[in-house]
Amino acid sequence: MSDLGMFFGLLGAAVAVLFAGAGSALGVGIAGRAAAGVVTEDPSKFAQVLLLQLLPGTQGIYGLLVGFITLSKIGLLGGGDVTVSLSTGLMILAACLPIGIVGLISGKSQGQCSAASIGIVAKRPESFGQAMLFPAMVETYAILALLISILAVSNIPV
Amino acid sequence: MAVVEMQKISLAALKTKRKAILEKLQMLGIMQMEVDSIDDEELMKMDTAESRATWDKHAELCDQAAAILDKYAPEKKGMLDSLKGKELLTMENAQEVIERRHPCNKIARKILRYEKEISDCNANIAKDENLIESLVPWMALDVPLSFEGTKKTAAFIGTLPGVLTEEQILTGLREKAPELAAVDVKVLYTASDSVNVFILCLKEEAETVETALRGLGFSRPPQLTLGKPERVAEEARKDIEEQKTKIAGVIERVKVNAGSREDFHILGDYYRTRAEKYRLLGQIPQSQNAFFLTGWVPKDAAGAVKNLMEKDYGAVCEFEEKKEDEVEPTALRNNKFSSVYEPIVASYGLPQHGKVDPTTIMSFFYMFFFGMMLSDAGYGIVMVIGTAIVLKKYPRMGEGIKKMLTMFFWCGISTTFWGFMYGGFFGDVIDVVATTFLGYTGPTPILKPIWFNPLDAPMKLLVYCMLFGLIHLFVGLGIKGYQYLKEGDVVGFVSDIIAWYALLIGLILILLPTDLFGNIAQMHFEFPAAVNMLAKVLAAGGAIVILLMSGRSNKNWGLRIALGAYDIYGITSWLSDVLSYSRLLALGLATGVIAQVINTMAAMVAKNLGIVGIVIFIIIFIVGSILNLAINLLGAYVHTNRLQYVEFFGKFYDAGGEPFVPFETKTKYVEIK
Repeated sequence: MSDLGMFFGLLGAAVAVLFAGAGSALGVGIAGRAAAGVVTEDPSKFAQVLLLQLLPGTQGIYGLLVGFITLSKIGLLGGGDVTVSLSTGLMILAACLPIGIVGLISGKSQGQCSAASIGIVAKRPESFGQAMLFPAMVETYAILALLISILAVSNIPV
Repeated sequence: MAVVEMQKISLAALKTKRKAILEKLQMLGIMQMEVDSIDDEELMKMDTAESRATWDKHAELCDQAAAILDKYAPEKKGMLDSLKGKELLTMENAQEVIERRHPCNKIARKILRYEKEISDCNANIAKDENLIESLVPWMALDVPLSFEGTKKTAAFIGTLPGVLTEEQILTGLREKAPELAAVDVKVLYTASDSVNVFILCLKEEAETVETALRGLGFSRPPQLTLGKPERVAEEARKDIEEQKTKIAGVIERVKVNAGSREDFHILGDYYRTRAEKYRLLGQIPQSQNAFFLTGWVPKDAAGAVKNLMEKDYGAVCEFEEKKEDEVEPTALRNNKFSSVYEPIVASYGLPQHGKVDPTTIMSFFYMFFFGMMLSDAGYGIVMVIGTAIVLKKYPRMGEGIKKMLTMFFWCGISTTFWGFMYGGFFGDVIDVVATTFLGYTGPTPILKPIWFNPLDAPMKLLVYCMLFGLIHLFVGLGIKGYQYLKEGDVVGFVSDIIAWYALLIGLILILLPTDLFGNIAQMHFEFPAAVNMLAKVLAAGGAIVILLMSGRSNKNWGLRIALGAYDIYGITSWLSDVLSYSRLLALGLATGVIAQVINTMAAMVAKNLGIVGIVIFIIIFIVGSILNLAINLLGAYVHTNRLQYVEFFGKFYDAGGEPFVPFETKTKYVEIK
């Protein structure tokens, strides 16, 4: 049964990377379509819209981050001899849920927001600074989720 | 440090001096014109629309010619060449080019004509290619598409729907017209849903066959070419070759003129400047012999402008008081360090006159928070060296980009500082290299953090982040208090600022010794009873003042108290503002951990591979670090902006200033010394 703890720990890492990454993929995809449209009209805006497209990409990185901390916690990286009990495994899974789920949802909505901001840049390139802020507002909640996931994972005793 | 004070200035001068005065002012670029403020029906305005359009058209001509040259005879450009800035010219050089503007325009028109020839050729090529494409199914035909038969026979060339064989078509024809004597069917080409056919029959049976064919859905090709399809296609191909040779020839002729590119740039800017002058000229009020100007000049330059205009140009110059409904334009002036943050403030909105310019105070927090978020000494050093090299190498780059790079230079220093505080140098690359390649077995980390490693004590850092945030917010509130005092509103200062300080400090002092805080932060505070008492008094006193005074503009006491209570509810916004600073921790951790991921991956791949391993390690490390730096740089920039705009500015700052836009030389390519 000791493997089961390990399994749930791993499932936690998977949830973090999987959902947050999927959210970012959706978001970057949505923003990317808008960005491509702008660049067909005005190639000189490439750098600006590329930055805006990248903004929803951070959720995936946060997921990776939590996944990495989790993997090293359960001893899959750097191979310390750690046994993970079932309850610990489940706790780790729970700790990974915030960044996974919030990452998925916020990644997608941040992508939609970025697409709208790309629209601002298309019409008023001088408002780039403001346009960048709207997607950043969405990201706040991914950061909060990341924070709780990190604090939880690193404080679970193994 | 401040918003530049503006002086309204009015000027009247003789029309004979008009050109000289406008050109001087344009060169100085110091005065923002207010053309609508003089309203007098006896004064007229000159109609300059036509001459302005002429100058604009010429500017466009030069720009287009230069763009065509760039297309066919591109200049060799490095990646960073766009940073070189505008070309510097002496007055004589520019004058010399302007002298020969007429032949230059002729060359520009010639280049435009060449461009037209090239696009005509390209259109022909496209037409030929379409023709060849449409002839592909008819290649097997050795008569022209327009062939209708011989003396005795009739031919039908066209397509039938459906994928049919020759037998199937014959059967179909015989079904429709059983009496047919002789008919020959040849399938020339089978497409995915139709066949191209050649059908031959006796002339006297032509009508019967045609009716039968129509019944099968026969249609003739849309365009009939004379000559055998194969020959027509061959000719089209030959024509394409010819057009291509012609284009190459024309491009050569364009290239011959590459030397004129400089001239086009200079002339384009010259025409643009002229157009700008005529734009203003059309707006200024004039009488028979005089003209009038009104506008804003920075106060410290106003005296000099007045002197210059009166002495050199015999103008009458007057300082005016600003009227009630007028808003003076905003320009910011800060010391060298802080001025690079002006674009950040401007992007949120410029301050109004009489309000505080937040740039200087913001600049320190900006640098501090940016460093905390990126927080890696290695990345910081890369930023510092990178920006320093670029700044040094291209001293004449555009103003905006220069400010931005200088800002990143300072933020890089802060990043380096925080990197060493947290013990992060490209993540943990020192440890990884030492243990993987150098056989180091001693204690890690080798590079000890000056302060502490956030991964070891995230809660502790979280508390510090909120403390920094609280300081930031308190400073913001303090600036608002300063504005109250500057406007002489002592009541406002006490009830909106002091009361909040009292309430918040009181609440914090109450919170600190509690078990709740102790458990979260793992820090325990014991205050003497007097302090605990003071905390309660502060909190209660602050709350009461806010409750009573917040709605002081209302006469109705019930409403006033209700508004006060609502304001106390605003304490939740303080809570969320402070929590928002947790991003300092989260983003700081993100950089470090992702850098570690990269290093670990690189080491895992490279382990036990000897020299090859080292090369692989270096490649993965460099690529990964660049990616990590890029994404975290973007994150740090965006979120530092957010902390300034939402949390800090939210406490005191109303934008709404109009930017100062002086009448000046607007050039694209060249700058005249």
